[in-house]
Amino acid sequence: MPNYTGSADKADRKYTSEHEWLDISGTSATIGITDYAADKLGDVVFVELPKVGSTVQSGKVVGEIESTKSVGELFAPVDGTVTAANTEVVDSPQLVNEDPFGAGWMITVEVADASVFDAADLMDFDAYTALVGE
Amino acid sequence: MARDMSTAATAPAADFAARHIGTGPEAQSTMLDALGYDSVTDLLAAAIPDSIALADAASILPPAATESEALAELRALASRNRVHRSLIGLGYHDTITPSVITRNVLENPSWYTAYTPYQPEISQGRLEALINFQTMVADLTGLDIANSSMLDESTAVVEGMLLARRASNSDSNVFLVDADALPQTKALLANRAEAVGIQLHYTPYDVSPPPSDLDVFGAFIQYPGASGRVWDPTAVIGAVHAQGGIAVVAADLLSLTLLTSPGELGADVAVGTTQRFGVPMGFGGPHAGYLAVRSGLERQLPGRLVGVSKDADGHPAYRLTLQAREQHIRREKATSNICTAQVLLAVMASMYAVYHGPGGLKTIAERVTNAARYLADAASDGGHTVVHGNYFDTITLETARDADDLVQRAYEAGYLIHRLDDDHVQLSVDETTSQDDLVAIADILGADLGTFPERVPGRTDLTGWIPETLLRTSEYLTHPVFNTHRSETSMMRYLKYLADKDYALDRGMIPLGSCTMKLNAATEMEAVTWPEFSRVHPFAPEADVEGYLELIGQLESWLADVTGYDAVSLQPNAGSQGELAGLLAIRSYHRSRGDDSRTVCLIPSSAHGTNAASAVLAGMKVVVVACDELGNVDLGDLRAKIAEHPDDLAALMVTYPSTHGVYEHEIRAITDAVHEAGGQVYIDGANLNALLGFARFGEFGGDVSHLNLHKTFCIPHGGGGPGVGPVAAKSHLAPFLPGHPLSQRGAKSNPVSAAPYGSPNILPITWAYIRMMGAEGLRDATGAAVLAANYLAVRLREHYPVLYSGENGLVAHECILDLRPLTDATGVTVDDVAKRLIDYGFHAPTMSFPVPGTLMIEPTESEDLAELERFIEAMVAIKVEADAVAGGEWPADDNPLVNAPHTARSVIVGEWEHAYPREKAVYPVPSLLRNKYWPPVRRVDQAWGDRNLFCACPPPEAFA
Repeated sequence: MPNYTGSADKADRKYTSEHEWLDISGTSATIGITDYAADKLGDVVFVELPKVGSTVQSGKVVGEIESTKSVGELFAPVDGTVTAANTEVVDSPQLVNEDPFGAGWMITVEVADASVFDAADLMDFDAYTALVGE
Repeated sequence: MARDMSTAATAPAADFAARHIGTGPEAQSTMLDALGYDSVTDLLAAAIPDSIALADAASILPPAATESEALAELRALASRNRVHRSLIGLGYHDTITPSVITRNVLENPSWYTAYTPYQPEISQGRLEALINFQTMVADLTGLDIANSSMLDESTAVVEGMLLARRASNSDSNVFLVDADALPQTKALLANRAEAVGIQLHYTPYDVSPPPSDLDVFGAFIQYPGASGRVWDPTAVIGAVHAQGGIAVVAADLLSLTLLTSPGELGADVAVGTTQRFGVPMGFGGPHAGYLAVRSGLERQLPGRLVGVSKDADGHPAYRLTLQAREQHIRREKATSNICTAQVLLAVMASMYAVYHGPGGLKTIAERVTNAARYLADAASDGGHTVVHGNYFDTITLETARDADDLVQRAYEAGYLIHRLDDDHVQLSVDETTSQDDLVAIADILGADLGTFPERVPGRTDLTGWIPETLLRTSEYLTHPVFNTHRSETSMMRYLKYLADKDYALDRGMIPLGSCTMKLNAATEMEAVTWPEFSRVHPFAPEADVEGYLELIGQLESWLADVTGYDAVSLQPNAGSQGELAGLLAIRSYHRSRGDDSRTVCLIPSSAHGTNAASAVLAGMKVVVVACDELGNVDLGDLRAKIAEHPDDLAALMVTYPSTHGVYEHEIRAITDAVHEAGGQVYIDGANLNALLGFARFGEFGGDVSHLNLHKTFCIPHGGGGPGVGPVAAKSHLAPFLPGHPLSQRGAKSNPVSAAPYGSPNILPITWAYIRMMGAEGLRDATGAAVLAANYLAVRLREHYPVLYSGENGLVAHECILDLRPLTDATGVTVDDVAKRLIDYGFHAPTMSFPVPGTLMIEPTESEDLAELERFIEAMVAIKVEADAVAGGEWPADDNPLVNAPHTARSVIVGEWEHAYPREKAVYPVPSLLRNKYWPPVRRVDQAWGDRNLFCACPPPEAFA
C-alpha cells in the first residue's frame, strides 16, 4: 500500500469525539489525530501504532501518542483490519505536530463493508468544528 | 555586664518554634490585617469547616523541648544502641563514607534541601550527579540504561518483576524466583505478587535448572546468591529467553568490579542496592536501590530517568526524560507508582564512585574478597565446612558445633553473624573489616592462630575461589568524571561546582504547591550521622537497638495521636509506598471478611497520579469521581459511582485538604457515603501540614492514611528523596499494616520495604521536630502556613485570579493562580512565568498540577514576611511584563518572559539584539544587584531530549 498523501480536504473527512479524523475511501479509512488534539498534547515525542494485519475493535485503544507532558491514546473508530501503519511518524513523532492531517497520519483500516462507516457515530467537519468551539 | 551574663545563664532558651516559623507576631499581625482577621485562630476557624474541628484538643505529645534538650535526649537514645561489628550481610554492609562526601553532600543544605529536579534549569548540579549515578550503574551492570534510583533492593526486585510482565512476550502469570534470594526480597515478592495476580515459583537453579517447557514471563536470579555463592547463570538466562521471558538479576555492585556483569551474562534487567557505596546502613535505610535495563526496555523503566538535551542556545543540558512513563502523567497506566526516590543517597553513592574511581573500587573489592577467603580458610582450619567453594564476600558454613554457640561467642567478642539454622551460619565482610577483626573472628571460628597467618594475603589472582569464567574482563567507569577527582581538594571543588549550579532552600523560597518545602532545621539533622544511628544493621538483635526501638515507638505513638489513628507503621520508604501499604491493608481487610469482590477504588479526578498508580498495584480497579467547578469532589457523581458499585466498592482515596489546596466543606458527607456503602476511606495525608493541631483524619472518617515525613515533618527532600511515608490506620486495619519477617519485634507479615522500619536513620529528624515543637508549636506552624498562603492569595489576586477557594473565600496551605486568562490575553504561558521567576531569584511554583495552565504556590510556615514580599514583588513585576507583551511593547517571540531564564553568558556574549535591555533580562528588580542566582543553562528543550534519548554522562567535548 502506498503511503498516505493526505490530499483530501479537511472538510471532506469524518471526525470522532476522540479528536481523530478519518479519510474514507470505499471500505478503507486512513486515520490520524486532528490539529486540535495535536495542539493539546504539545510536542509529541513518541508514537506507538498497531501492527499491520492486526484486527482492531471500535472504541478500543490501539496506539499511543506521547508528548513531553501527557499521553494521548489512539482509539479505533471502527472494527476492521490494519492495512498500513505510518512508520515515518514513529521515527519522527514531531510530524504529528507539524502536519497532523498529512504526514502525521497514523494507520489505515480496512472494514468489512462501507456501511460500517455510516453506522459508526462519526461527525462531519462542521459538527467537529462546533465541538472544539472553533 | 555581670548581671547580663547571669540573666543569660538563667533565661529560658530560645523557643524552637519561633526559629522554625518564619513570621513572628508583628509580621503575622500585618498579614492578618490584609486579610481582615484579628488572629490566626480566627482565620483558621473561618477556613476550616466546623464539622471536622477537633473533638478534643488534648495531646499526648510532651511539652516542647529546646534544641539542646532535644539533642540531649537523642544522645541518650543513641547511647542505648550498641554498635557491634556486623558480619550479617544480607544486602547491608558497613561502609566508609568518605568525609569529603559526608561534609559536602550529606551535611550540606545545598544538596539536602533541594527539590526533585522537575525544573531542569535550576537543577543542573544534581542532574549531573544523577547522570553519574546512572552511568555508574549501567557500566557496572553491563546494561544500557539505568534509572535514577529505586527505594531499596527488594522493591527494585518487585519493580523488575512487574517490568518483566509488561515487557515479556509470554502470557504466563508465573515468575520464577531464585531459592537463594535474600529473605526480605522473597517476603516482598510474595506480598506484592499476590495482589496483582502473579504466581511465584521458587527454584534452586543449581539443583533444578529451568526445563525447556518452562512457561514463565520472567525469572529472578540473585548474583551472588544470598548464601554468598557465586555461580554462572548464563544457562538459566538462556532458558528463560528461549521461551520469551525476561531475566531479572539482582547484583551486588561492588562484586561487579570483579565479576562478569549481568548484562554480559545476558540479563535484561539488573537491580540492587548502592548502599555499600558509602551510604551508612542506618538500621536499614535510607539508601538508593538501582534498576538498569538493556536497550529496548527503556520505556518500561519505573521511576525517574535523567537524560541529556539542549538549552535554547544549543548547549547541552540535563533534564528528567521520558516523564510520560510516570505516575504523575500516566496515572493508573504508569510503569510504577514510585515518585519520591532516593536522590540524596544516589548522589552519595555516585560520588563514592567518582572519588574512588574504577581502580579504587576494584582495590576495595579485592580487599573484601581476600578477607572472605581468609575467613573461609580459618573456618576450614577450625573444622567447619565452607558450603560454597565460590564466593565474593559472604561464606556459608556448616558449623562443627552448635551454630548458636558460635553466634553467641562472636556476639560477646563484638561481632554479629547470621544464624541460618541449628548448624549453619553466614559471615559477610566489607570494606570496614580490619585485620584485627579477621584475626578475632578466625579465633572464634577455632582456627589455630599459631599456624594461621596473622595478615590477610593480598591475592590478586582470585581464581582459587572465583570461577575463571566469571572474572570480569570488560572495562567500567571509563568516563573522565570517574578518573579525575582523586585528591580531596579536587573532590571538594567538584561538589561545590555542582552545588553552585542549583537552587535549594539555602538560596531562597521554593514555593512548590503540594511539596511543602519548609525548613529542615540543623538540629533536626544532627543525629543522622551519629554512629549509634548510622552504623546499625537492620537485622541486628533487639538488645542492640533499644534506643532505636524506643525512638520508633515514641514516634509511632505521636503520629497516631496527631492523626487520630490507632496504629502506625513507619516502614514505607515514600508516600507512594505508604499509599500502597494502606490500600493493601484495605484489600486484606475486605478479604478477611470474605468480601473478595471489593476491588473498586474511587479516586477524584483532582488526585495526585500516584493514588491511581498505587491502587492498581494493590490489585484494585480505579474509578474516577468528577470534581465540580469549585474543585471539590462532586457529591452527586460520588453517590452515582457508589451506586454503580454496590458490592465491589473497596475504598475511596481522597486528599484532605484537597489537592486544590482547599478545605472541602463536604468531607464528612463524602466519608459517610463511602462507609454506608461498605467502603473504606483512605485519606491521603500529603497535605496534613494544613491540618495538624486543628483536625484529625481519624475523627472525620479516615480509616487509613499515609503521611509524608519529608513534607509535614521536616525530613529534607534531598533533591528527590529520601522520603518516609508512614501508614496510619484505625484498629480494624491495624493487623494488615506492614510488618517484616526479620523485624526485632512486632508483626512479621505484609512487608513493603526491604528493612523492618524502612529508613530509621532519618527518623531522628522527625522525632526532633515534633519534640521541639510540641502540640502547640505544631498547631502554630499550621496556622502560620495557612496564613502565609492566604496572604499570598489576597496580595496576588488582583494580578492573577485565584482558581479555587473554600469557606469564606479562604484557601488552605496553598493557592492556585490561574494563568490561563493571561495566556489567552497575552500568549505568555505558565512555563514562561515559571522560567522568568528564575531570573528573579526564585524556584518556580508547581506548574500545571493539579490544573493545567496554573501555578500552585505553597509558601510554608518557614518563610518570613520579607521573602513573601520579595515573591509578591516578582509576581507583580512579571504580570507587568506580560501586559507589556500584550500591549505590543515587546514582540510575542522576543521578550523577557519567552526568553527566560537568562544565563550570564546569554547577556554577555555577542551583540545584544533583543527588544528589551540587558538589565531588564537579568536585573529586573534592584534587590537582585545584591543577591543574584545565575542559572547555568537557558530554557531546556524538553521534546528534543525525549526524541533523542541519551541517559549517560556525555563526553566532555559536548560541553566545548
